Amino acid sequence: MRALKALLATLALVPGIVLGAETVRLDRSPHDPTDLPSLQAGARTFVNYCIGCHGMQYMRYNRLRDLGLTESQIRDNLMFTAEKVGATMKTPMSAKEGKLWFGVPPPDLSVVARSRGADWLYTYLRSFYRDPKSATGWNNALFPNVAMPHALWTLQGELRRVDGRWETLSEGAQSRPQYDATVRDLVNFLAYVGEPAALERKAWGIVVLFVLGILFVLTWLLKKEFWKDVK
Amino acid sequence: MASRLMALWDWFDSRMPSVGDEFRKHMAEYYAPKNFNFWYFFGALSILVLAIQIVSGIFLTMNYKPDAALAFGSVEYIMRDVPGGWVIRYIHSTGASAFFVVVYLHMFRGLLYGSYKQPRELVWIFGVLIYLTLMAEAFMGYLLPWGQMSYWGAQVIVNLFGTIPFIGPDLALWIRGDYVVSDATLNRFFALHVIALPLVLLGLVVAHLLALHDVGSNNPDGIEIKKHKGPDGHPVDGIPFHPYYTVKDLMGAVVFLAIFCVVMFFMPELGGYFLEHNNFIPADPLKTPEHIAPVWYFTPYYSILRAVPPLFNSQFPGVLAMGIATLILFFLPWLDRSPVKSIRYRGPYYKGALAIFVVAFLLLGYLGVKPTTVWGQFSDPADLLDTKDVATWVARVCTILYFLFFLLMPWYSRRDKVLPVPERVTH
Repeated sequence: MRALKALLATLALVPGIVLGAETVRLDRSPHDPTDLPSLQAGARTFVNYCIGCHGMQYMRYNRLRDLGLTESQIRDNLMFTAEKVGATMKTPMSAKEGKLWFGVPPPDLSVVARSRGADWLYTYLRSFYRDPKSATGWNNALFPNVAMPHALWTLQGELRRVDGRWETLSEGAQSRPQYDATVRDLVNFLAYVGEPAALERKAWGIVVLFVLGILFVLTWLLKKEFWKDVK
Repeated sequence: MASRLMALWDWFDSRMPSVGDEFRKHMAEYYAPKNFNFWYFFGALSILVLAIQIVSGIFLTMNYKPDAALAFGSVEYIMRDVPGGWVIRYIHSTGASAFFVVVYLHMFRGLLYGSYKQPRELVWIFGVLIYLTLMAEAFMGYLLPWGQMSYWGAQVIVNLFGTIPFIGPDLALWIRGDYVVSDATLNRFFALHVIALPLVLLGLVVAHLLALHDVGSNNPDGIEIKKHKGPDGHPVDGIPFHPYYTVKDLMGAVVFLAIFCVVMFFMPELGGYFLEHNNFIPADPLKTPEHIAPVWYFTPYYSILRAVPPLFNSQFPGVLAMGIATLILFFLPWLDRSPVKSIRYRGPYYKGALAIFVVAFLLLGYLGVKPTTVWGQFSDPADLLDTKDVATWVARVCTILYFLFFLLMPWYSRRDKVLPVPERVTH
């Protein structure tokens, strides 16, 4: 026991084992992939505020029927940059223009939720602040010196950071809870687009596991029947 | 109906009797010990995963484009626009990891019960060859989705060959077919992944099984069942593989597939271990990711590579250590001098050594997916050290333990206090 205590004491005293800490803690994204109105709202926000610069080149408009929309609803409400409902959700901005205007072409967002994760996106879109030192006039607490300006600022309003604290410079069209909900819906939509088959996948999983469960009982009985004569 | 079928079989059998002969030789009259336990499922499961990978792989190639400009998009096309494409893709990506899970467990079984010992040295050697081929197969397959991790993982691993003195740079150039990983590399890796290495794998699996069936299977007691034959000439502790082990393995396969499907349908990325997050960013030759980690099944060896300090500014010592760490497996049958096979009758030395080895291997695997700063740094008085990263030092200790398991084996396996081995298997 004494030896154990001594060991623990030494371990506690090992000098300078500095644990690497994340600089910004990510907020948990409260999105719900089964919430169709939220997904539809997210799609609306995307085509109104994002698609001007960011495409989803692997996502087809008519796939948005997954969100409970008809093709004519998609055509009338969501298609501003494409002619055919089977077209992919490309941005009208070329990579060359993007590089000219922002320094880097805005990335395609088809699978951004799979590389960054929903929590990162949810935090990122709520971390913009005014920064007179940056080229766009905007900066981001999660992604410092990001090339992207705050595309949703008319909704959120303008914030600034003073010694790590957030201060409001001007109010936007939405209150804070409303803006958080807008971002939640947008992240929900991005997560859906990252893997449109995700919901279908889980439903199939339950069916397949059920079938395998039955198969297990059958094969187990078969094994028992054969093995009863192995002494 | 039954008699019609029998007549058909007789017609076939009289014209090509070798089918029936081979079936009897390898299944119906192949006598396997009756005391196989849990660990003996993984050989059959490896064959199952091989079949799964080949079939799902064939369907993937129908829509995949081995072209640097199209590869990433074609995978997303499979995931979105090909009917059932996501199932095929997840089967194949989950299958890749599952292959290593079952193969690692299968190899561990060999360590537990001394399955590599005389007279099964060739079975073991073919097995190690399968393992090495599988690593090459997995490495080349991982380039194909053409994400950031595919690209930079390949860049790093091909560069390892570049550290070999004298021939290294030319060798790396020859492997890539270009000065960096590029479209040419993608094309040749596709060819090797889809045709060349699967053929090699199949051939080696056949050799592995033929060698096994010539000498007969080992068992958890490590006893040769052929020593005790009944009046019918068959081992008294043996049972025909078919139907006894076919039905048992069938049951095992269903359990395995259930676990496989839980991963595939509910967590196909498995927290970024089976499908890495960064691999959803298209390959960008101009942007090196901050942290390049290989997929989990390579990480023990990657850790060894990182643990060995460079010499004259060359990473070659690390590469050499990594190479030896895999090649040393070939010598296992001759390093082990114990008079008994199974861990059941071995003494504390081997049991302790094996436990330490397993812990070291798992720790190396864990550290290989993390940056070397994961456990922080030593502060002063560490100025003498070449690196202050705690994790690097832990990996160094584990690397030494990994090698000591093999290098000291001739000594501790002979000196060990073994228990008497029973004449007949315990069942």
